[in-house]
Amino acid sequence: MRIDKDLVAASATPLVLGILADGDLYGYAILKRVSELSGGGMQWTDGMLYPLLHRLERLGYVSSLWGTSDAGRRRKHYTITPAGRDALADRQEQWTVVADALRQVWQTTQGPAAATEGWA
Amino acid sequence: MTPHAELEAQIERWRGYVQRNRAISPSDVDELEDHLREQIADRQATGLDDEEAFLVAIKRLGNLDAVSREFAREHSDRLWKQLVLVPAGSDDANASPWRELAVVLALAVGAGVAVKAGSAWFDDGAALMRNLGLLVFPFLAAYFAWKRRITGAVAATLIVPFAALAVALNLYPFAPAGSTGMLAALHAPVILWLLTGLAYVGGRWRSDKRRMDFVRFTGELAVYYTLLALGGAVLIALTLATLRGIGVDFQPVLEDWVLPFAVPGALVVAAWLVEAKQQVVENIAPVLTRVFTPLTVAMLLVLLAVLATAGGFVDIDRNLLILLDAILVLVLCLLLYSISARDPLAPPGLFDALQLALVIAALAVDAVMLTAMLARIAEFGYSPNKIAALGLNLLLLVHLLRAAWLAVGFLRGRLPFAAVERWQTRYLPIYGAWATVVVVVFPPVFGFI
Repeated sequence: MRIDKDLVAASATPLVLGILADGDLYGYAILKRVSELSGGGMQWTDGMLYPLLHRLERLGYVSSLWGTSDAGRRRKHYTITPAGRDALADRQEQWTVVADALRQVWQTTQGPAAATEGWA
Repeated sequence: MTPHAELEAQIERWRGYVQRNRAISPSDVDELEDHLREQIADRQATGLDDEEAFLVAIKRLGNLDAVSREFAREHSDRLWKQLVLVPAGSDDANASPWRELAVVLALAVGAGVAVKAGSAWFDDGAALMRNLGLLVFPFLAAYFAWKRRITGAVAATLIVPFAALAVALNLYPFAPAGSTGMLAALHAPVILWLLTGLAYVGGRWRSDKRRMDFVRFTGELAVYYTLLALGGAVLIALTLATLRGIGVDFQPVLEDWVLPFAVPGALVVAAWLVEAKQQVVENIAPVLTRVFTPLTVAMLLVLLAVLATAGGFVDIDRNLLILLDAILVLVLCLLLYSISARDPLAPPGLFDALQLALVIAALAVDAVMLTAMLARIAEFGYSPNKIAALGLNLLLLVHLLRAAWLAVGFLRGRLPFAAVERWQTRYLPIYGAWATVVVVVFPPVFGFI
């Protein structure tokens, strides 16, 4: 199943922040985690992750540090900041409200239409 | 990695290709390359050969144009030189460099003609001084209006305040040699400059980034204008000396024709140079701010020491206060310019601490001045000059206090640099509002004295 582009864009920030809240990671590892979490359903354009990370850094939600990979390459690691955790909590609340509302809508429309909709 | 020579060559070529993109900095390319190599390694682990793995990894990375556009959106500061050289979209075909040069020169001559006509029209010097900014502003604004293709609504927001300002400056019955007229003449350029900023950002004045671009532009303009003025001064001095040697008196021609055209014209030309030749100065800007920030801190400290040893603040006379005000405004410009020239993502460093020292020194000078002013007002009573100066110093005080607070937060790693930037750009319009009050409200309140 392909997830709509707008939906991917809207969920990108909370996803990245949430993943970083579990521990520091570098870009590729973040994407792998997104793929795992969504069972491969969310396919990002890999390159788009980096402008997003830089934006989060400018906003002060994450901080970055250059290190080296096992192979000896330069690698940038990202860490969530306290401000990022606050933002994540805020986003989490918003998404909970949205998800709640959607769940109720799915329940009330649990008629013939629900069968054709593939939403869980 | 000899077994993968072909793959290495391919990655090298890809790097070269990505690097040509100005929105993506070399360290971003490193980051993307790390990503690419990880992806290739993972694909190889699933059994793909080098070639296939590379292709899949490139495909997953996405359309480079789209990705670089995303980078550009995030890092517009890296691109701003490019944006003005090649306007977004492909509609720059009809704006050839020659056509732009012609427009610029026409506007520069226009500004000269306006000033020359103005000096003939206004017989008294004070009236000319009040109107000088009004004479030059339309040409500078027209350049940006043309360059940014501003909409009618934006043009109206430029023209209406301009007309209102012109009416106020010319219909108010200012007393000859009165202080409200002088204050209006001093504060009108501030309003006009912010209006120029409105034209510069093409009406997108709400954007903090565009405001910062305008601050950067202002700094570069000052650099270019100074360079032009120095070159012009050398040329004029040589011509003057040579002609005097031959026995021709060039002085009247210089005063009546060369300067009225050269001084305003150079402003328009400098604005164009900043737009077109951004790159040249861009490398100097951080250097200049780094050189002058410590020097300015030293200067402020010396001033403070002298003021402290000179005894009572009440004795500070009014000329000294005006000079100190000018110094503070200059310090603020330096601060703004160095903030605009700084890489917002760089971690806090020594220079940021130095900048904080500058802010604190300026705060100390401001506090001394406020004390002196309040003492003067208590002793001699109110006057338009004193209230205008007091207002400016209070604005500076608030500006600097908050800037110092944010700088401490940034140095401690509690705040992103964007917070420091945002405070600066958000505060700018307040100066315009205060200048408007001084120009429009002061004269009637104080009876046009």
